[in-house]
This record gives sequence, C-alpha cells and structure tokens, in this order.
Amino acid sequence: MSDLNAQAVAKYRTNFLKEVEERVEEGEWVKMCMQCGVCSGSCPLGPFWAHPPQEIFMMIRAGRRDEVLTSDSMWMCTSCYNCIVRCPRKLPITHIMHGLANYAHRLGLAPKNQPTRVFATMFWNNLIKTGRVNELKLSLGLYFKDGFKQGIQNALNMQKTGLGLMKAKRLNPFELFSGHGCKDRKGIAAMLKKAREIEASRKHFAN
Amino acid sequence: MAKKEYAFYPGCSSQSKASASNYLTSVNSMCKTLDIKLTEIPDWNCCGASIGYAEGGELPRHVMNARNFALAEQHLPGQQVVATCAACWLGARETKERLDASAQLMADTNEALKEAGLHYKAEVEIRHMVEVLIEDFGYDALAKPVVKPLGGLKIAGYVGCQTNRPFGIAGESFENPMYLDKLVETLGAEPVANYEQKVTCCGGALAFSETEKSQAQIKNIVESAYDQGADLIVTPCPLCQANVEIYQEQINKRYGTKFNMPVTYYSQLMSVAYGGSSKDAGLDGQLIRAPKLEEIAKK
Repeated sequence: MSDLNAQAVAKYRTNFLKEVEERVEEGEWVKMCMQCGVCSGSCPLGPFWAHPPQEIFMMIRAGRRDEVLTSDSMWMCTSCYNCIVRCPRKLPITHIMHGLANYAHRLGLAPKNQPTRVFATMFWNNLIKTGRVNELKLSLGLYFKDGFKQGIQNALNMQKTGLGLMKAKRLNPFELFSGHGCKDRKGIAAMLKKAREIEASRKHFAN
Repeated sequence: MAKKEYAFYPGCSSQSKASASNYLTSVNSMCKTLDIKLTEIPDWNCCGASIGYAEGGELPRHVMNARNFALAEQHLPGQQVVATCAACWLGARETKERLDASAQLMADTNEALKEAGLHYKAEVEIRHMVEVLIEDFGYDALAKPVVKPLGGLKIAGYVGCQTNRPFGIAGESFENPMYLDKLVETLGAEPVANYEQKVTCCGGALAFSETEKSQAQIKNIVESAYDQGADLIVTPCPLCQANVEIYQEQINKRYGTKFNMPVTYYSQLMSVAYGGSSKDAGLDGQLIRAPKLEEIAKK
C-alpha cells in the first residue's frame, strides 16, 4: 500500500464519501446524485464502463472504496460532456470522473497499465517540459510504451499516415530534437511546483 | 486600425508544422478578409487539454490557464482572449469559471503564479473564434465578403463536443446546434439537414489510448455523412478534424469500408468563399484532399 493510500485509509476509516468530498475534484457533488442513470445512457463509451457514473456515485456512498478506486471505469471518460449537460441535478459528472481518476492515480490504486492512464500521464509530463505539447515525442512515446519491438510495429502501422502528415506539413520530424516551447520554462516549473504544494495542503495530503 | 482586435491563443496543435497548422493558415486568411487583428499572447502555454487532469490534478491545471490570462492582461490589456481550438477554449473557460466562483482557488492560483512573476486580475474574457464570428460579426456581415459562393457543395456540419458542451455557443441547443449549418448556408453551400452524428464524440484524446472504441465512433460520424450525400465534413475542433480525417485509413482496414471523406475547418470554407487560394485556405494540409473545394478555389 502506498504511503498516501495508507494515510487516507487511516484518516477516513470507513467514511469514503467524506474522503471523496474533501479530496476529489468536485467531490462534494456526489451526494446530490438521484440515480436516474441519464449519465450512463449518454456516455459514448457507456457499454465499456464496468461501473457507469451513477453506479460509481452509489458505490461511493456505500463505502465501496477499493472497488471504486481500482476501477477501470473512470478512465473511459472521453470528456464529451454529454453527462454534464443532461444531468437533471446539474452534477459536474465529467469533472467528478476526472477527479476520481486523478485521485486513484495519485494513490497508486488505478489499474497499472490502463492505456488512458498511461497516455494521460505521458501527455502531462510532455507538456510541462516546455510548456507546450511536443506532438512527435508524444506519438512516439505512445508507440513505444509496450517495448521496442511493439513500438517499431506500431510505428510501421502508422507509417503511411505519418508520412502523409509530414507531407501536409502537420508533423515535424525535427521536433524530436527541438521544437516549440515557452521561453519562461523556469517560471512554469516553479509555478507548477508551488501549485502542487498548495493542492497537497488544501486536500490534506500532508496530514 | 483593424476593425476588431483580440488577444490570440492559438494552442499547441496550431503551431507551425503541428497537426492543425492548416487551421491557423486558414484562420489568418479569413481574418485578413474580415479585418480582424489577432495578436498572439506572448509566451502562451498549453491549457492541459482534456486529458491533463490525470497527472496534472486540479490546481496545476488552473494555474497553467491562469498564466495565459495574466500574460494577456499584462501585454494586451482590454483585449478579449480568442481561442481557435475547442479544447483550449473549454479549458480556459473552465478555469475562469472556477476561479471566479472561488476566492480560495483564486488566491491559491495567484500564489502559484507569483513564482513566475505574474498576477491574474480576473479581468479576462475568453471567447472561441466561432463566437467572434457569430456574435461580433453575425451571419449577414460574414456573407458580405463572399466572392466565390460554395454552390454545389453539400456539407455535413460536424460540431462535435467541446465547442458545444458544457458551455456551447449562446442560444444554441446542446443536442442540435445550428450555427455550423447556418455558416455553411451563409457561404452558399448546402448543409446536410439530418446529420444525426452532428454532436457525437470522436473519442477525443482516447483515440490514442482506446483506439478501437474511438474508431467505432469515428466510423459512425463518417458513415452518416456519406449516407446523407455529403461532399465533405466541416468542424470547428482541431482534434475532431484530426481524428475523423486521419483514422479513416485504419477504419477502412478494420471494417472493410472505402471511406475517403474530406474533413475541413469552417475557416477553410470561409477562406475559399472569400476568394483565397487552396494554399491560403490550408487545403494543401489535408490528408484527404477536398477536390471540389479546391476547384472552387481555382476558379
């Protein structure tokens, strides 16, 4: 068990709803769900959620902590915002799902090789390096995430598309070495470090 | 002096030789005709996009957006921030809304921004280019500079998600927004009336991580355009454009389809209708060329 997870278990004991309310983005909305299921029916990837949003909300209230936080479900969110605009109680469902995924990821409970978790982590780490996304490094990183051999295979599968994009001037092979980026990288790094510290203290990650 | 001036937030994908570089090309051409002056926010950064939440968390994400706001306030005071990317606009609007609603979050954000020598005064306004066109100009004004009406073209207006939900364009419905169809009509083309996949999600960032699931979505989006007799699809979102265009080849392999449907930006249609060349409209940036549109541009 990660330190952060052990600390959370000790702090909240059996009150998972309280834990979600205090630590998960927009978590204070969870208790407002009236279990109508419109969110689940509206999700483009709905059939692939082991537990659709309305079920997740009920599981949180029922204290099914491990089942929620180790679930693959929240990682199916495509950020289409259908659930948000249709929810009769106006719950910010998309953000709650993002918040739960982020919390499970932080505690080290999210499924390890969940592809969206892997990609999302790569994406953020890619963009904070220079302040802007390096699309070439991001695609290559994704191709090679399952090892070198698979990476070559993936790159070959996308070869025609890649060359087409290069010809259309929508992919730059030289981004591997340099590429776009902000000038004040130091400032961005310092600002993000501070933001992480503040967030940890607000969400009681430290005590 | 230009008719309208805005602080411009182009976003990562619109940079030169990035996946939506032809979007920016066409936006520049369109803005020249409409006399819109866009000044890039100096040293702008990524908004975190729809997938940044997992590793980034809450405050770091808002701080990234607030840095752009603070830079805009400092260097381009009084100008509204205009984004062309759907995700940039959504991410920025979301941050603005959250900060406006919480004094605590605002204070925390400014404490972090101080590390980069910046301060956000909460004076910024965030717009999407489509809002600028519809609200600051209006369809009649947008029709005036049309010199090459796009007659004979039938176009499926694929609105997608992020310019439509959760904020959307004022006065439009989430389930059947009409602005893209109206824009198509304004340019002299025929909008597809019953495009049932108009607001379907293309999978967004999950096109990279959940390939099969997203491609099933994209297949529906393209198929429905064919079913309705469309010559091309038009969209306001760079990720929609890339996903729906780029993956047609893989979808053909997976499903045995023969898709070859051009997917363009609204600004490319406008650039051509306003007399721009194929190059001005960034049509040389299409993976799937749009021959009928290129023909009109050549006339």
